Amino acid sequence: MRESFSAIAANRFGLGARPGELAAIAADGRDWLKAQLRAGPPVLSDPQLRSSQETLAQAQKLRQEIRAQRKSAEGATAPGKAGADVAAAAAQALPQFLRPIYLSEVTARLRAAVATERPLIERLTQFWSNHFAVSVDKQLLGGLAGSFEREAIRPHVLGTFGDLLLAVETHPAMLLYLDNHLSVGPHSQAALRLERRAQPRRLGINENLAREILELHTLGVGGGYTQADVTAFAEVITGWSIGGEGGGPFAGGEPGKFLFRPELHEPGAKRVLGTAYADGGYGQGVAVLRDLAGHPSTARFIALKLARHFIADDPPPQAVGRLARAFTGSGGDLPTVYRALIDSREAWVQPLAKYKTPSDYIISGFRGLTLPVEAGQPALTPFGVLGQRVWEPGSPAGWPDRSADWDGASALMKRIEWADALGQRLGNRRDAAALAPQLLGANLGAATRSAVAHAASAAQAVTLLLAAPEFMRR
Amino acid sequence: MQRREFLNLGTLLAGGALLTSRVAFARTDERRARLVLIIMRGALDGLAAVPPYGDRDYAALRGEFALRAPGEAGGALPLDGFFGLHPSLGFLQECYAARELTVLHALASPYRERSHFDGQDVLENGSPRAHALTTGWLNRALAQAPGQAQREAGVALGQNVPLVMRGPAEVTSWSASKLGALDEDTLARITDLYAGDPLLSVRFADALAADAIASADRAGSLAAMAPDTAPRAMSAAGTLQPARPAQANGARYAQVVRAAAGFLRQEAGPRVAVFDTTGWDTHANEGAAAGQLAGRLSALDSGLATLRQELGPVWSDTVVLLVTEFGRTAAINGTRGTDHGTATVALLVGGAVAGGRVIADWPGLSARALYQGRDLAPTLDLRSVLKGVLQEHLLVPPRELERTVFPDSRTARPLTGLVRT
Repeated sequence: MRESFSAIAANRFGLGARPGELAAIAADGRDWLKAQLRAGPPVLSDPQLRSSQETLAQAQKLRQEIRAQRKSAEGATAPGKAGADVAAAAAQALPQFLRPIYLSEVTARLRAAVATERPLIERLTQFWSNHFAVSVDKQLLGGLAGSFEREAIRPHVLGTFGDLLLAVETHPAMLLYLDNHLSVGPHSQAALRLERRAQPRRLGINENLAREILELHTLGVGGGYTQADVTAFAEVITGWSIGGEGGGPFAGGEPGKFLFRPELHEPGAKRVLGTAYADGGYGQGVAVLRDLAGHPSTARFIALKLARHFIADDPPPQAVGRLARAFTGSGGDLPTVYRALIDSREAWVQPLAKYKTPSDYIISGFRGLTLPVEAGQPALTPFGVLGQRVWEPGSPAGWPDRSADWDGASALMKRIEWADALGQRLGNRRDAAALAPQLLGANLGAATRSAVAHAASAAQAVTLLLAAPEFMRR
Repeated sequence: MQRREFLNLGTLLAGGALLTSRVAFARTDERRARLVLIIMRGALDGLAAVPPYGDRDYAALRGEFALRAPGEAGGALPLDGFFGLHPSLGFLQECYAARELTVLHALASPYRERSHFDGQDVLENGSPRAHALTTGWLNRALAQAPGQAQREAGVALGQNVPLVMRGPAEVTSWSASKLGALDEDTLARITDLYAGDPLLSVRFADALAADAIASADRAGSLAAMAPDTAPRAMSAAGTLQPARPAQANGARYAQVVRAAAGFLRQEAGPRVAVFDTTGWDTHANEGAAAGQLAGRLSALDSGLATLRQELGPVWSDTVVLLVTEFGRTAAINGTRGTDHGTATVALLVGGAVAGGRVIADWPGLSARALYQGRDLAPTLDLRSVLKGVLQEHLLVPPRELERTVFPDSRTARPLTGLVRT
């Protein structure tokens, strides 16, 4: 039983055992996990990594240069091929600027996950980053997803949900991703001014961020809000924008930084979820977020997602209820919720209840085989090949978290092919038979033990260890 | 020995120890019907894809983003004098002229809220409620269609199987491999290693079966997807990534439709293929005749053209069904896009479609006609269309359509006559 505790602690709650980790966990996995909660927030500092503000400001500058180049190319007397070349070069300039930023962030994140001695905290970081998902398939997010995680998520993983929520929803990456930076109150000063012009331009709200805050970030889809709440909340957060983001009413402010633009804000009191909020500019939105963070539906929704991630695809309702009570009782203090989770008996009875996501699988492979992380494209490639590109869930709902979403036939074959490629690369530099009990502990079954022991080569033994049913799950 | 060669051997020895009865390739049915389901995730703007330029309220709602009548600069492509096709859908208009395209408008699933994720769940699970079932209507239909026993009935192009295709019927997933193939000995050992694991043993056998079908594609489009040159066609859920420049989108669509065709044109292959497309969630800067949505529609349109070409004679037995979870607001929002709405379009295209029609009980776009004062109102239940196609094309018994495929759907009577019979 104790042995199975350490295997669950390292593989379910952690990111997959490194050689020696199970022995270090020793008697009780719960103590090992709770100790991880006691140190500071999981900051990731690397002088090579840029801030979101820096990236955004440079991207804005680059966009202006591209526009200027396009204009001068159009103005040239003989545009022809030279003009087309300028346009093509301009189209490439932004991706070329963003790509290396994305790759260094991917590298830094993978290195942190592989090296960490607080794997629970790193897993929680990834959990929240996915809960508040942005996706790099939208322009500019490639340069921002990593810094968003470092700036908005990491400082609050061991804080309160309310602080985490506010940090996320005021971060330029989220405002850009869900289009709020350009959302304008229909009766705001800016909208009224533009309508009075000779050539009126209609400005208005975009309800994307407001809807996804309610549906995905706080209450959950059945959490008791209506279309009227979405619209009112969208009006509440009009003006939550980014400095230097565009022309006209969007000009001005410190480039790349969160900026409340009062002239875009829809004036007046608004009613969201039955509560009236007096107009206080930026403070109106902060007040709604604070109430959302404390809402019982939010407690239930967050509890369900955590329980699904750490207990089972369909977690027992009593466990979800316990986590929700811990959330509400502590005012959304996340370490309190994590401790309730660690103390949930249900998390410790089924050793392999969760099928690993591709990301889990890759990270646990790196940890288990103590593989070095090469910088740049090589750090990203396995995530692409196995079907879970870093920070690219493709939707604000983030990556799904159930077996059926990941256990496809072709997906399984990709994992095995990757395991095989690792085996070929490592040859006899790893002893899979010796590693198997160190990585899988009490979960190691007879079939895997025997298959690894009787493999035709050291390379094949590595392949079989990583292909094993016990390694596919956590 | 390479994996594909090994699998050819496995095919020859069908019924042998490794592939056993899961891959028996004899066709037992006489009909050659093929179905391709394309899920457009993100909520396609039906009023932009198939603009009702003849509606008196349309231009005012869309303002500068209204598509003009056919013949005008940047105008829609003509359909029936009231509806047009988005100017990026040139191939689809050819299909319409050839009576191989039917447009269904003002249509919606039974879902009436505005969450993408619940909307897609209802679209796929086939019940009126999100998360009411963990299997999909297409799989349940396959389980009830004649001639489906003992083989892979369907294939999902992507690494994983979307909800619509999950369930009791034998299905697999396939995507081009970028890594090297495994040797025969390792594959055999993994089969042994999974013998005691109910999930992995089935998935692994399905993967081998799909590779066997792929390698038997003598026409070669699947085998030709050389590992290192295959672009990243799909992400985890098998979704295409059309959020990038149009050219790259086009290449990815071409990849996935070639793979679909490679499976479908084989006698022994699955007869249903499904894949996802994304990028339809146009909240900001949607564009009109040109722009963001235009680029995505154009990539989709040329993907469909490639599908027809790749299917060859099988095209005439094929129905391609394009569906999305819901529509978008009738009016343009404050950021030159559209927010989540209700009714939208579905498209049926293919040689087996009794096409050349727009089917719509048009509710109009006046302020009073709009659903909740903001969306195109639904007048046609998507399940009626799906029932009609499944019944007349895949010969799913009507009783099973009501009972197992679309539970609680009595109000959605099958819409017949959509398919050439």
